[in-house]
Amino acid sequence: MADYVRFTEDMIKTHTILVPNMLPVHFRLLMAIFEHQGYKVELLENDSRAVVDEGLKNVHNDACYPALLVIGQFMDALNSGTYDPNTTALMITQTGGGCRASNYIHLLRKAVAKNYPQVPVVSLNFSGLEKDSAFRITAPMFLRLLYAVLYGDLLMTCHNKCRTYEINKGEAKAMLDKWQKRLGDIFRRGSREYLKTKKLYRAILDDFASIKLSDEKKIRVGIVGEIYVKYSPLANNHLEDFLLSEGCEPVVPSLLEFVMYCASGTFTDAEFYDNKNTQSRIYKLGYKLIYSKQKELIKIMKEQGSFEPLHDFEHLRKLADKYISQGVVMGEGWLIPAEMAALAQSGVDNIICTQPFGCLPNHIVAKGMSRAIKENNPNANIVAIDYDPGATRVNQENRIKLMLANAKRV
Amino acid sequence: MANKLSLGIDVGSTTVKTVIIDSDGNILYSKYQRHLSRVKETVTDQLKLIQADYPDEEFTVCITGSAGLGLANSAEIPFVQEVHAAFLAVKNKQPDADAVIELGGEDAKIIFLTGGVEQRMNGSCAGGTGAFIDQMATLLGITADELDELSLRAQKVYPIASRCGVFAKSDIQPLLNQGARREDVSASIFQAVVDQTVSGLAQGRTIEGKVLFLGGPLHFLKGLQNAFVKTLGLDEEHAVFPEDGPVFVAYGCAVYAAQSGDSWHIIDILNKIKNAKASDDIVTGEPLFRSHAEYDEFIERHKKCDLGYADIRTYKGDAYLGIDAGSTTTKLVLITDDGRILFHYYSSNQGQPLDKIAEQLKTIYEAMNPDITIKGSAVTGYGEDLIKAGLSVDHGIVETVAHFKAAAYFCPDVDFIIDIGGQDIKCFRIKNHSIDSIMLNEACSSGCGSFIQTFAMALGYNIADFSQLGLFAEHPVDLGSRCTVFMNSSVKQAQKDGASVEDISAGLSSSIIKNAIYKVIRANSPDELGRNIVVQGGTFLNDAVLRSFEKELGRDVIRPAISGLMGAFGCALYAKERSTGGSALISKDELAKFAYTSRNIQCGGCTANCQLNVISFGKGRNFISGNRCEKGGGKAKKNNVPNLVEYKYSSILALEKTGQPVRPIGKVGLPLALSFYELMPFWHALFTELGFEVVFSGESSREMYYLGQHTIPSDTVCYPAKLTHGHIEDLLDKGADFIFYPCMSYNMDEGGSDNHFNCPVVAYYPELLLRNNPRLNESNFIHPYMDLNIRKNVVRVMKESLKRFNIKGKVAAAVDKAYAALDRYHRDIAKKADDIIRQAREENRRIIVLAGRPYHIDKEINHGIHKLVTSLGMAVVTEDSVASLAHTPKLGVLNQWTYHARLYKAAEFVTTQPDMQLIQLVSFGCGIDAVTSDEVRSILESKGKLYTQLKIDEINNLGAARIRLRSLVAAMEGSASADTGRRAQGEQNG
Repeated sequence: MADYVRFTEDMIKTHTILVPNMLPVHFRLLMAIFEHQGYKVELLENDSRAVVDEGLKNVHNDACYPALLVIGQFMDALNSGTYDPNTTALMITQTGGGCRASNYIHLLRKAVAKNYPQVPVVSLNFSGLEKDSAFRITAPMFLRLLYAVLYGDLLMTCHNKCRTYEINKGEAKAMLDKWQKRLGDIFRRGSREYLKTKKLYRAILDDFASIKLSDEKKIRVGIVGEIYVKYSPLANNHLEDFLLSEGCEPVVPSLLEFVMYCASGTFTDAEFYDNKNTQSRIYKLGYKLIYSKQKELIKIMKEQGSFEPLHDFEHLRKLADKYISQGVVMGEGWLIPAEMAALAQSGVDNIICTQPFGCLPNHIVAKGMSRAIKENNPNANIVAIDYDPGATRVNQENRIKLMLANAKRV
Repeated sequence: MANKLSLGIDVGSTTVKTVIIDSDGNILYSKYQRHLSRVKETVTDQLKLIQADYPDEEFTVCITGSAGLGLANSAEIPFVQEVHAAFLAVKNKQPDADAVIELGGEDAKIIFLTGGVEQRMNGSCAGGTGAFIDQMATLLGITADELDELSLRAQKVYPIASRCGVFAKSDIQPLLNQGARREDVSASIFQAVVDQTVSGLAQGRTIEGKVLFLGGPLHFLKGLQNAFVKTLGLDEEHAVFPEDGPVFVAYGCAVYAAQSGDSWHIIDILNKIKNAKASDDIVTGEPLFRSHAEYDEFIERHKKCDLGYADIRTYKGDAYLGIDAGSTTTKLVLITDDGRILFHYYSSNQGQPLDKIAEQLKTIYEAMNPDITIKGSAVTGYGEDLIKAGLSVDHGIVETVAHFKAAAYFCPDVDFIIDIGGQDIKCFRIKNHSIDSIMLNEACSSGCGSFIQTFAMALGYNIADFSQLGLFAEHPVDLGSRCTVFMNSSVKQAQKDGASVEDISAGLSSSIIKNAIYKVIRANSPDELGRNIVVQGGTFLNDAVLRSFEKELGRDVIRPAISGLMGAFGCALYAKERSTGGSALISKDELAKFAYTSRNIQCGGCTANCQLNVISFGKGRNFISGNRCEKGGGKAKKNNVPNLVEYKYSSILALEKTGQPVRPIGKVGLPLALSFYELMPFWHALFTELGFEVVFSGESSREMYYLGQHTIPSDTVCYPAKLTHGHIEDLLDKGADFIFYPCMSYNMDEGGSDNHFNCPVVAYYPELLLRNNPRLNESNFIHPYMDLNIRKNVVRVMKESLKRFNIKGKVAAAVDKAYAALDRYHRDIAKKADDIIRQAREENRRIIVLAGRPYHIDKEINHGIHKLVTSLGMAVVTEDSVASLAHTPKLGVLNQWTYHARLYKAAEFVTTQPDMQLIQLVSFGCGIDAVTSDEVRSILESKGKLYTQLKIDEINNLGAARIRLRSLVAAMEGSASADTGRRAQGEQNG
């Protein structure tokens, strides 16, 4: 029962690895890096009702919605007949930590074992789990992935602003496509050009800044929440598109914040519990490296001046301390209240907190902290929206509309 | 210039309201009408009425309401969110109001107007309000208005779970079955709505000042009004129920419309609505039957499974009576010696099972040939105890046994039985001619059969007609499989999207089936169910449901023609087997004089103070319900079955009386909640050693829960966490200098697991408490982070946390004492478990490992389930007490939580002990148990043990737990007999 099919060296050549498309902007770049390493990968975009049905069938119904969707998406893909189960592998992220999410891979393996016993499941993790897998994140690969996240965040931020205000519909999307292709090519070729951040950041910013925008005033709506539901249109019922159609500007905090939140947890725990050791010191150095990269991007964004820079992570940490301890490291932990506070501080008063129905950490860090954040930011207008296979879109949208009505009143 | 008119259209989940105002804001016209889910038609009808009065005027127009959004979009008419519309209406009509409470069909809303404007709405889980009341009224077999009238004559209020309609139903049903007065139940339903609004929506903000009450239910239902006014402590001046309450939001909508520019003639608006395209968002499935021929073949096939009949007037000889007093329906069967049916009855019990059955028994006695002798009788179902006591029925048997007997009569080789009744889904897998595993629906997906009925009635159909409609639907709607509240809104959405009643009827049938297969049985493929499947229960009389089941499984199943009567038929078979030649059943003469009275008293047997309902049948015969232990049941006999849950609970409680310093340096409060049920010995020793007086919060109770209810920010968190809020309030009231409640990501490492976390809720709940209880602050609520595995960390953190008491030097020694105390406690529990197991074996008792979390020993959390187990003669030990006796088995999941790691070990241990079984207690909303329960099940079942899970929440539904436990006992006995021969088979086929 506990044993599972390994992803072996031979399979690198023969197998196509299916990857659920969690962040539409970022994941294309990540895939290019995997391809450069010699893996055959394919992003899954299937999002019919069958995805949810397969999820319900294969996962305990009280498991969280992201697990249900991701596993449903895999099963739906395998059932479709498009992929030969003998030459297909599945990739899923594995975070570790006290949240249920660390069990996704096991739930997926259980489901796969029942239906396609020959299909291996690959773990994408940065903590050295599953060492016997032929899919490995090497140090140089890690660095490339980090840069891909930075570029992805920059593209996402620019694109979100431009598509809200663009005068000629479609320009922002075209610009996004252009840069995704260009950066994808760089990573796929294995070129070191991606290191020329100053030049590339600037070029991206200038390119997007050249798009003609209206100066219409729109309601800005921040999106925070559980990492998968926050970014994945499949999970959040195309929330960003809905906000755009309601005449709002979606403001989505960067993926790097989550990466850095995970990285900082590796050494803050050691500090909290008097448990410092060589490993935790190395992690801290790693964190500092990532932070220096974030600062570089922020600096260039500030200099260029057309787009609001990402939240400085050390600033987020300070903000968090007002509400909750950085000891809260399960799920998105202290990051959610910190992001809500940072959004409110930067004038994005309207915040949607997306969460899977019954998400355990979110009881504490999202609904549990809203009151305190509203007390400190009287204009904050926060709504928590639950996502779940049974929750209807109408119900969700109606609550968002209430939030928007509040926003218009202020 | 003509007066500018504005039209507001409020399309709610159950009603349509229209209002016309003039430019001065005066209401010229208003109408309120139920739409019975025919949204577009009703709006059109109302507009036509307006057209007749205002054929030539132009209107500015706007739509609002939960069902109006889609319509507004597709008709290209402006839309305003309904809470905002209400806000506008209040600003115009009642500018001095401080707060507004509005209840609609499915939504509840609060607007705070003074002291920071805030508008709130219930979340997606909080069930309906108006629709909830309707559903409850249906359950009682009356209209909402009749419910209201009854409530005005109430004498007492029962606690009813208010979070969601399904839960409330589980609270109400046992009350009804136990004979509680309908007046009291009615009032309790309204109180539940009030509690939900006040706690779920206000979330800590006090509702005070002048409060405006809006919406249909609050306008029409006096009992609901009274409950709100009383709970909020308002006087007449401050509770305002405006004349135009039901159309108030539509008025606000008209006000909003008045601000917009474009205006149209009614005819143009009508056309816009008429031409509104239904969206093509709905997902549809295959039709149930492609042709009438296919349907006829289906009917023919199922006709074959029927019983013989005999005439009650002419038959002479022996007869046996079976009664199934189900949750919503009552079934009676009288059979002959050779299994032919003399009499049968199936009907809704309308909340009065005893009356219904007595009445039917009278009918039987009157019609019966004098030469018939009833030689035995048996009863099963929710109302078993009451009916058995009231009508002197010979045997009471558990439902699962009754159903198995009946199914085996039709299909001796049956592999799988699925019974969908009014409120339950029961499935059992049969192996070796005995019940091998039982699956019941959990609190969340219950209410299946009665749901279709409620829905049919809401649409204005009776259940039979409604389900017939679905048979030939061309595009059944896919409504998903989830709890009925969600299904309710899925249905609404489908209707809005233009699905026909036929499609919805078929969709509902299919949803119920999907719920059963994927949620209750949790099957991946039909093969898991076996070859010979018998379906039964009233819901399967519905051909559409039956067909959906066959389609989903891809195979034919057996539905006996007496599908709805199987429980009663099984009882009659049982009565026949066990007949001793006579029956004690109430006689015709006694029945003629039969009467009973019902009253409520409070049991004083112990501190639980259970609310008892006493039904007296005269001559000193009483039936008592509501008691959680045998004491209140009027039976003096003391239960001596050993019970570790009791022992652990009293050990923890007793700590407070020990070790207190003579001259304390301060008073620390420790909440009797969550991790404290495990670590109390540690913290108690630590603080008393440091010279603090230690006070615990009081024992948990419903009252304790209500005490802190207003500070709960997330109403979907588990009940054990929610109770913590009450404990904090209690400690604050007890005057502790500070409350100590540490945050702990990590639990103790007990070895054998991949990691040793706490669940996120246990780990970080103090953070939530601090931010949501305004009485707490950093100085009276000390909640440091620490890792108990690292002694030096505990010492450092405690020194820092207690700095102001100047006891730095004493901390290290006190921490050591604390570790020692915890260790002693663990050893004591292990020893006690050992004693219990030995004693049980000497007394030849079965042993149950009641496996949950440390806090499941809280009597408000477990609702006394452990006492139920011992009342069946089985000894009880706990998961922690036996976990160390086995190694962790190989697992298919990441084993990273300490409390949960114990479950796997305990399960593994049970598999090595022939006289033990495990029952897993799962708190509703525990996401982690979604991972553990499947794993515990597979550990147990891989070694031939039974898996029983009891889901517990704030509802106190011991009735369902009792059925599970008795079924477990029956199954254990069944498997015992299967080993030694085929006694079971002979019996069942008899």
